Amino acid sequence: MTREFQTSGAPHMPPQTTVAMVMLQVLLALVPGILAYTWFFGPGILIQIILATVFALLFEALMLRLRGRSLKPFINDYSAVVTAVLFALCIPPLAPWWISCIAMLFAIVFAKHLYGGLGQNVFNPAMVGYVVVLISFPQVMTAWLPPLTLAEHGFGLVDTLMTIFTGQVPLEGGWDVVTGATPLDTLKTGVESGRMVPEIRNSPIFGDFGGLGWEWIANWFALGGIFLLYRRVISWQVPLAVIGSVILLSVPFWLADPDSNPFPLQHVFSGAIVLAAFFIATDPVSGCVSNRGRLIFGAGVAIITLVIRRWGGYPDGVAFAVLLMNMAAPLIDRYTRPRMYGE
Amino acid sequence: MTHANRDQLAREAGRHTHHFHGGLRLRHNKKISCQDAVERPPLPEILVVPLLQHAGDTAEPYVKVGDQVLKGQQIGRCQPSAAIHSPVSGVVEAIEDHPMTHPSGLAGPCVFIRPDGQEQWVELRPIPDWQTANPEELIRQMQECGLAGLGGAVFPTHAKTRDGRDRKIHTLILNGSECEPYISCDEMLMREQPDLIVLGARILRRALGAQRVVIAIEDQMGAVRQALTHAVNSAECEKVSVVQVPKIYPEGGERQLIQVLTGLEVPVGGRPSDLGLVCQNVATAAAVAEAVVEGKPLIERYITLTGNGISHPRNFNALFGTRFSHLVEICGGYTADVARLVVGGPMMGYPVDTDATPVVKASNCVLALTTGDIAEPQPEMPCIRCGECARVCPATLLPQQLNLQIRNGLWTDAEAYGLKACIECGCCDFVCPSHIPLVEWFRYGKGQLRQRAIEASATERARRRFEDRDARLLREKQERAEKMAQRKRMLKDKAKQHDSVRASINRAENKDNRGDGSAVSKKSGQDTK
Repeated sequence: MTREFQTSGAPHMPPQTTVAMVMLQVLLALVPGILAYTWFFGPGILIQIILATVFALLFEALMLRLRGRSLKPFINDYSAVVTAVLFALCIPPLAPWWISCIAMLFAIVFAKHLYGGLGQNVFNPAMVGYVVVLISFPQVMTAWLPPLTLAEHGFGLVDTLMTIFTGQVPLEGGWDVVTGATPLDTLKTGVESGRMVPEIRNSPIFGDFGGLGWEWIANWFALGGIFLLYRRVISWQVPLAVIGSVILLSVPFWLADPDSNPFPLQHVFSGAIVLAAFFIATDPVSGCVSNRGRLIFGAGVAIITLVIRRWGGYPDGVAFAVLLMNMAAPLIDRYTRPRMYGE
Repeated sequence: MTHANRDQLAREAGRHTHHFHGGLRLRHNKKISCQDAVERPPLPEILVVPLLQHAGDTAEPYVKVGDQVLKGQQIGRCQPSAAIHSPVSGVVEAIEDHPMTHPSGLAGPCVFIRPDGQEQWVELRPIPDWQTANPEELIRQMQECGLAGLGGAVFPTHAKTRDGRDRKIHTLILNGSECEPYISCDEMLMREQPDLIVLGARILRRALGAQRVVIAIEDQMGAVRQALTHAVNSAECEKVSVVQVPKIYPEGGERQLIQVLTGLEVPVGGRPSDLGLVCQNVATAAAVAEAVVEGKPLIERYITLTGNGISHPRNFNALFGTRFSHLVEICGGYTADVARLVVGGPMMGYPVDTDATPVVKASNCVLALTTGDIAEPQPEMPCIRCGECARVCPATLLPQQLNLQIRNGLWTDAEAYGLKACIECGCCDFVCPSHIPLVEWFRYGKGQLRQRAIEASATERARRRFEDRDARLLREKQERAEKMAQRKRMLKDKAKQHDSVRASINRAENKDNRGDGSAVSKKSGQDTK
């Protein structure tokens, strides 16, 4: 007696992972950093994450509908959520709600779906969204909070919500009493006005290496990044190239003139370098595919960031660096194809 | 690396083990089918012997319906492939199309033989004095006995051996590293028939003119190592060594195994013989021993029936033409949740839609998978370029780039990125988070490249024909012109001759009419016109 069977292509084993699993692990790896962020700067970041996620999913659903794609597999892949969370981590925690809306419009609709959706985007969507609002609304995007330990006024959840949704600070004195310059801002304006770095660093907003609070957030992001390395969601080349190049490049400047150049670890632990090294420059879609290419990509991000920090108009330049390297990625890939077996 | 260095490394094959790029550590699942000794199953009621069992063309059958055949009698052959033999004595009941255990899943011509139960052998022609026999005689015996690579590629053994001999190889590698999960037929053969394998290795070495034999087994096959080492020692033959290689899928692939044993890579588009090496499966070696020493043609093989879908997994020494269903019955049938039947392993095997398909030379394993083993078909997502595929690729390719190139029809790029070097091991498929059927695309792409190569050569031929025709037409035109010119010259010459004749006539007439001046002047006047 014989029997009939259904057929299907090899391999005949359940797949090891899914796109959604990859994205979920990225989100999981961000949790420690987000918690630290909340610890040092209050609940604003959580509200920004929720806002950005809601807008991202709305635009994602809208675009999938317009493009005639099925909603379920693509909404459930969490890629839009990753974009939203990474964006939210880049903006001031008190930014008004419409900042997220505009940024996600550009991130999801323009940078992602108009290029062909998941896997097709040339530019990192989160960075596109961030750069659009950074350039368009510079005042809003520079209204950063000092760490809670240095805050003169208690600023609770209700106050945060009111600020985000009304755009007005519900305190006497308005924005001026709650916001302050970031460590990178302070450094840049300080150096430009002729003060020396050790002197600038006497300000209480600086910690051991980077900014007070910021350096701890960076540590927790790095921990999440190591988790991703361990899970092999990301490869070691990009983080190593970014952080290694930042250190290598800033050492000679610092040795030559320690008064107007911050020491290397301050560069690493300031701004978005650690977040970018593990979570942003490692975006596989808009990055390089070969290992050598990834090293070049990471080094490029570091170089452009430092150039912008040192000579550019913005205190930090990670987003611009990532976008510029995104453009170079296909070319780098072309020249770094690995040698194949027997070649 | 200099040529001498390469040669040195190739000659030292097996002294050190090296790594190859990528690969996967997979769960073996081999033990479940290794519990019982290997037996020959009872004769089935009917045997279905496909006429296409080797790399090559379908054989033309020698027999017709109603013929009486003997066990081991040749029933078909096609050049350059090896012969096909009747696995039993009996009667040819039909020759018709039947699903034939082939990746294509197509039906093909098969010889249906009903056994008479006599098991009467055809007259066998062994070569007992193989140690002094002419290597060419040994190679012919392999062809007559229908030997083909039993690792799954079923390349005719005589052709590979002759090629190796012609190319002066120095080392024979016997591949006993059965890297796919579940499959255990080679392991069982090495445990049970180590002497036969070592004997086959020595015969092959003589036929090839090789100096050394390296038998490669996996590092977790302790019993096998003991058995083989004992067999090597008792055969008292030097230069046969047993080497254990790390178990990383697909280290049993020919090119990967060579890399593991020598640290060298077989050149792109080249063959192992470029390095002075030839690979044969251990089961092929055993078959060589039987063919040469006993004269037995290849009519049966070790085959694993395994998987969670089979009640009692085990190995058989099954006759070709035995339907899978017959073997499954002896294993106690399927379990209730059986869902898919695969020939080969879970990574590279192909599914069959019925268990009426027969055991053939290439079938090393029948794997019955349950609904729990295989996942629901997952929706294919777009590539997110995560690069896992490149990390695990043993050929160091960029599968994601190849995927894009094939889908966009960028054939020149796909070729430049090494599509042809893909060994279809399925590692990239297995790790892809987007569930892209990469290997299926690569097979399609390779087919397209072959097609394009054929078309390109056809175009080239057509172009040459056209150019030749143009040249011919031009030549003919020139020749015609030449002829015309010649003819014109001839006519002119004739005219000249004519003129000179006329002139002489005139002169003669003048002579005749001398004295008659008026007549002369009139005539010459006409002449000058």
